[in-house]
Amino acid sequence: MSKEKFTTLKSSAVPLPIENIDTDQIIPARFLKATTREGFGDNLFRDWRYNADDTPKADFVLNDKTYAGKILVAGKNFGCGSSREHAAWAIADYGFRVVISSFFADIFKNNALNNATLPIQVSDAFLKSVFALIEKDPHTVITVDLENQRVTLADGTSESFDINAYKKTCLTNGYDDIDYLLSLREEIRQFDAVH
Amino acid sequence: MSQPKTLFDKLWDAHVVKKSEGYPDVVFIDRHFIHEVTSPQAFDGLRKRGIPVFNPSRTTAVPDHNVPTLEQHLPIKEALSRHQVETLRKNTAEFGITLYDLGHPYQGIVHIIGPELGLTLPGMTIVCGDSHTSTHGAFGNIAFGIGTSEVEQVLSTQCILQYRPKTMRIEINGTLGKGVVAKDIILYVIAKISASGATGYFVEYAGDAIRNLSMEARMTICNMSIEMGARGGLIAPDETTFNYIKGRKFAPQGAEFDRKVEEWKKLKTDEGAQYDAVLKYDAADIAPMITYGTNPGMGIKVMDRIPTVEELKDVSEQTSFKKSLEYMGLEPGSQLLGKAIDYVFIGSCTNARIEDLRAVASLVKGRKKAENVEVWVVPGSKQVEAQARQEGLDKVFEAAGFQLRQPGCSACLGMNEDKIPAGKYCISTSNRNFEGRQGPKSRTFLASPLSAAAAAITGKVTDVRSLV
Ligand code: SF4
Repeated sequence: MSKEKFTTLKSSAVPLPIENIDTDQIIPARFLKATTREGFGDNLFRDWRYNADDTPKADFVLNDKTYAGKILVAGKNFGCGSSREHAAWAIADYGFRVVISSFFADIFKNNALNNATLPIQVSDAFLKSVFALIEKDPHTVITVDLENQRVTLADGTSESFDINAYKKTCLTNGYDDIDYLLSLREEIRQFDAVH
Repeated sequence: MSQPKTLFDKLWDAHVVKKSEGYPDVVFIDRHFIHEVTSPQAFDGLRKRGIPVFNPSRTTAVPDHNVPTLEQHLPIKEALSRHQVETLRKNTAEFGITLYDLGHPYQGIVHIIGPELGLTLPGMTIVCGDSHTSTHGAFGNIAFGIGTSEVEQVLSTQCILQYRPKTMRIEINGTLGKGVVAKDIILYVIAKISASGATGYFVEYAGDAIRNLSMEARMTICNMSIEMGARGGLIAPDETTFNYIKGRKFAPQGAEFDRKVEEWKKLKTDEGAQYDAVLKYDAADIAPMITYGTNPGMGIKVMDRIPTVEELKDVSEQTSFKKSLEYMGLEPGSQLLGKAIDYVFIGSCTNARIEDLRAVASLVKGRKKAENVEVWVVPGSKQVEAQARQEGLDKVFEAAGFQLRQPGCSACLGMNEDKIPAGKYCISTSNRNFEGRQGPKSRTFLASPLSAAAAAITGKVTDVRSLV
């Protein structure tokens, strides 16, 4: 089933300079009860974003009109904890297509890639300068070039990032893993028979 | 002679259906577990593509995350939870998958029932849409958690696409002190290497301190592999493993079992095999552990004090550290020992097996819980619950003022009604102390079942060694 294709993205970014943001913060367990993939964006960072009476917390970045964009920039070890793909759905559903951090938890990285969201791992120093630039100018534009695997900031500095070739092909063409696996059905059938 | 290989590499190689340059490996999955929370969207995907489940006999389903732990015979009160459990019922019926529904004698937390029923065996590849699937690795197999898109891959093709992770060996040698148990070992290791210290790795636990553990204790260790970022953890099978499996419901029986044991005996790392990382610890240095912060790496020996901001190795961690302690209502540099608590939760796939309940019962027998605490004991499965009653542990708990509930994930993640109220402190035998994990604004101290039981008696954080 095809997904939205990804090539180049130019966007302002939303900063969240906190480390070890776990998937329970991205989407708390009590919001995992839906049986479809849509609508999770409303509860993205729920407990940081809203008070107990559901009024928005003015000091949380998603409630601050100064910041907007399709890129989320977060502290080290983003997405640790539970394997819930709902975390990736919430991020995608909210409208982010890219998350930049200096480190990602494994399962989150996979889940994000499986949902057409690009996790970009940059160096600590680069991450620092991204935060600094956003602080200076909340509308500063970040350019993500998937083809050349490069992220470039408004001041001209840039850094390359890694992504495996297979996932890159999937993202740029909007493929998904099951299409590929289904093409191997016969080989798998034989393997299953002797295991 | 061929290159010496690690157990992980042998198991991985034995399950690769296809390997192509530039592509992730196509890995065959022997056993797939599903539950109500991470499977509905995967079944929808199958429906959209109009395809069946590839091999329904390799998937087993159980509701656990949402289920109430009181009056399970009644319909689930909470509408969304009920809907998820009903959706699992509908999906498993439609696609021909075995379901151990609420009320079934085999129902329980997915990672507890797999081993208990003999569905989890050495040499396998096992996945589930749940990060603590690493638990099953205690039997000498490759077991790890996956996301829902991957659940859909497994349902539709019995395979998933994976890049081979790096390997790490964690060796613990020596003798554990009095009152120190498996949970303390793993909390100790995570405190040493941090919540992300094993990211990108698959861990093999070894050393005589690991060898001397029971199967259930080994499961506690492997369970928390994910809390240091590892994809999974495994322990080579041995006599302890084979004795545990023997006679279990779906395990091979009779001559077939004996034949399998001979095969399983070969499942070990070759002499001289290379790991990408090796860590070694001395069991004698481990004490009863407790976490003070909001990730499982923020742990200390119970008699130590919380670090000060200045003591942090990594300056970049200061902000998160301060935020975390603020959330917990604790002062940097202060002592946890003697801190009053409000709740005790004994449960979860980390520590809700029969040995855990026995350990708790042996400590509380003839004692009573402190006035200020509420204590929930939530068995990991119907079988654990039945066994506890048969052994009279329910009487011990009742006399101590502990509530013995019905099986489920419960306050481990608070998806059902079992939530720790805002601001309250809970000492918990589960695996995660994240902000709000046990309920909005709840505060969690992770510890062993023995330490939790000791806290239940005294009403405060206690060094269990003063009670044993
Ligand atoms: S007990 Fe807790 S950690 Fe284990 S499967 Fe349930 S929710 Fe996950």
